[in-house]
Amino acid sequence: MADNVTPRVRVPRSAAAGETITIKSMISHPMESGQRKDSDGNPIPRSIINRFTCAFNGQSVIEVALEPAISTNPFFEFEAVVPEAGTFEFTWYDDDGSVYTESKDIALA
Amino acid sequence: MTKALLKGAIYAAALGGFAQFAAADEDASLVINGELEIVTEAPAPAHLDGALRTIYSGWVFRSDETQTMQMDDFDNPGMIFVEEAMVAWNTPQGTEGKSCADCHGDAEDSMREVRAVYPKWNDDAGELRTLQMQINACRTEQMGADALKTDAGAMLSMEAYISAVGRGTIVNVAIDGPVQEIWEQGRDLYYERTGQLDLSCANCHEQNYGNLIRADHLSQGQINGFPTYRLKNAKLNGVQGRFKGCVRDTMAETYSPGSPEFVALELYVASRGNGLSVEGPSVRN
Repeated sequence: MADNVTPRVRVPRSAAAGETITIKSMISHPMESGQRKDSDGNPIPRSIINRFTCAFNGQSVIEVALEPAISTNPFFEFEAVVPEAGTFEFTWYDDDGSVYTESKDIALA
Repeated sequence: MTKALLKGAIYAAALGGFAQFAAADEDASLVINGELEIVTEAPAPAHLDGALRTIYSGWVFRSDETQTMQMDDFDNPGMIFVEEAMVAWNTPQGTEGKSCADCHGDAEDSMREVRAVYPKWNDDAGELRTLQMQINACRTEQMGADALKTDAGAMLSMEAYISAVGRGTIVNVAIDGPVQEIWEQGRDLYYERTGQLDLSCANCHEQNYGNLIRADHLSQGQINGFPTYRLKNAKLNGVQGRFKGCVRDTMAETYSPGSPEFVALELYVASRGNGLSVEGPSVRN
């Protein structure tokens, strides 16, 4: 189980129709690789975010498969075209089965 | 390697006047979130007596990518820990059932000027206190809570929060009066060669800043940006933990974080940065 997992995203409040915007996302997470051992020599079980998705009004914007080599607090910055007002939905999937979500509305300027 | 603060540029500036230096790295000004201007370069404080002409924040010595991470709080991973401390600030802890906020209110107001003047002499206790010692004094004396471990987890997060609300204020630690003797002890430690490599702090950070020590670009070792989020270990690092790392690298037996020696050294090194902005939590490699 990962503690203190907090998703964060930054999306502009508004955009012109057809405009390309930049989205930033970060989730605080230890991303324990499963390769390390604790001070007693026992393996520390793998615990990572293994999948991240972003969708706009139900349409997929980006899908990312994360692997154990990705460092702690994974940060993604990507671009999206905004054809209409709507909602970005962000979802992170944890190895332990937890799903973290965040959503941001965007209006047309 | 192309950064202006490699030594060649400094010599060029010294020979050719200030203009070339400014032109060599004119992008190097730190503005956080597009509004908060940070002083990363200032005239050296008088007590350095010419040992340095100008003092520079460690930010100036880092790569463009690392510098950029500190220019936006969303990109700065250190702010994750600040957010944790914001929660802790408002959470009652200890037997008195008090939170930090019960006495100090909104940290944005009450803690604004704090980070810049620590380490600071405490008259009632008759001792010099680092910010971390003061936080623990509050916890044990006012809140009835356990002391937090020096330079670790929750303590660094709280120190980062108090630094973050003070970003932009100018470091101005007192070096005279009751702390003078401790300050002199810190100065002696700074110039004392230690370890099998026989290096003092000054050998690297005063005489060779801007040069490369193997692959590392030496800064002046200023601590205005602490606690620092280091990319190499992906967490906040405290001043005294960093001292320990440096002393270890000279292959010496180190003092421990929280020891009187490191408290004295923290005061002295902080005073070398009098004139720079509080910057923590900064991002370094």
